[in-house]
Amino acid sequence: MDTILPIVGLSLAVSLTAAFLAALIGLPLAALLALTRFPGRRVLIIAINALLGLPPVVVGLILYILLSRSGPLGTLGWLFTPVAMVLAETILATPIVAALSHRALEQRWNAYGRVMQASGASRLRALPHLLLMSRRTVATAILGGFGRTISEVGAVLLVGGNIAGHTRTMTTTITLETSKGNLDLALALGMILIGISVGVSATVLAITGERS
Amino acid sequence: MKRLLAALLLLCGTALPETAGAETIVLASTTSLDNSGLLARILPGFTAKTGIEVKVVAQGTGQALATAAHGDADLVLVHDPDAEAAFIAAGDGINRVEIAWNDFLIVGPKDDPAKIAGQKDTLAALRAIAAAGAPFVSRGDNSGTHALERRLWKAANIDPTGKPWFRDIGGGMGAALNMAAATNAATLTDRGTWLSFGNRRDLVPLVEGDNRLINRYRVIELNPTKHPTAKLTAAHTLATWLASPEGQSAIGAYQISGEQLFHPGVVANP
Repeated sequence: MDTILPIVGLSLAVSLTAAFLAALIGLPLAALLALTRFPGRRVLIIAINALLGLPPVVVGLILYILLSRSGPLGTLGWLFTPVAMVLAETILATPIVAALSHRALEQRWNAYGRVMQASGASRLRALPHLLLMSRRTVATAILGGFGRTISEVGAVLLVGGNIAGHTRTMTTTITLETSKGNLDLALALGMILIGISVGVSATVLAITGERS
Repeated sequence: MKRLLAALLLLCGTALPETAGAETIVLASTTSLDNSGLLARILPGFTAKTGIEVKVVAQGTGQALATAAHGDADLVLVHDPDAEAAFIAAGDGINRVEIAWNDFLIVGPKDDPAKIAGQKDTLAALRAIAAAGAPFVSRGDNSGTHALERRLWKAANIDPTGKPWFRDIGGGMGAALNMAAATNAATLTDRGTWLSFGNRRDLVPLVEGDNRLINRYRVIELNPTKHPTAKLTAAHTLATWLASPEGQSAIGAYQISGEQLFHPGVVANP
């Protein structure tokens, strides 16, 4: 058990940080797309929606090449560290947060935007109200991002290296134990992972006021 | 919101391998040494003695050598003589020392469709597998085990590529054993992974004890002229320790259910 806890801790730290950063980038981006019109907006929307299917292993590979000591960002020394894992997961989660939040905000803006503007609110002033109105959908969007980061294995394996005690997460441990033929242990870890995911979702939905 | 960010950063910070003071090196090693539990057993003793922490990245030999060639590891510990020679010839590695050995074996289903149980001649066994069309799982991942398997097929004058009974899975030793167990196929495995493998089902050792099946693990240091940024001094300390009487007896003492997994055996420049 004393070896499982740090693994659970690292999984949570990496995926929560990445989901948080994805929200930090994705929500303003979603607001920009929903509330304003600018050249290249349509292309950006198409790109973000396309990136929903971004293959983790490709993100991992590109980051690996960039962060390798022989790569352009090699001097940072991030390869095989949790920082590289957070980076990979943030890249994977941001399109999910941005695309889903964009749809929610756009719907509310289309419904209430004119009224808000008529009563004198600028777009920037209207945004907090829109976010509050769409909070459950936005929470689902961020949970979608978290779901991707906590469950992801291909990218974290490549850029983290699955180093025991340093970059070993729940998913890479499950892969490792499966490869060692310890299927029971792998399955038990899988159940813990699902439990954590359920716990995080329940907490977030409770905070945003989901009625039972 | 700010407090949440601070909490998250703190959480992440505690998980980061911040090792100011203590030196940390990356050892690119083959999966068989790591998955068998050997490195996890012997490295804490080394760290306690020297203060050098070792991060093990377990990969197939081909990938481990590539990782080191990119400059992303400080030391390699692998088991494919040809790939090692190429690594050294390319100017990436120096000071190759054999530090342990054990053997490979062919495992397969108990009912043994190719009738190779007890066969001491590996090449004859492979010919029997091919003649019977008995399922065989190949690693196909440029690992040390895969390299040996290719040499054995070649020596047996068989090209198994594309044959219906030949399954190239492009995966690790564990994945190959899992598939062999699930589909009643034979496969070539190293002794360490086999002994520590937990999902054997009907798999039993069929072919072992042939001189062609000896499995030698070697540590290779990086060439300072090509890899000046690698932590060469700490890596040299580990390489020396692995070959020292202390390291060697730690390797020899490692057992799983009473069976010795690796034999110590220092051979410089093998």
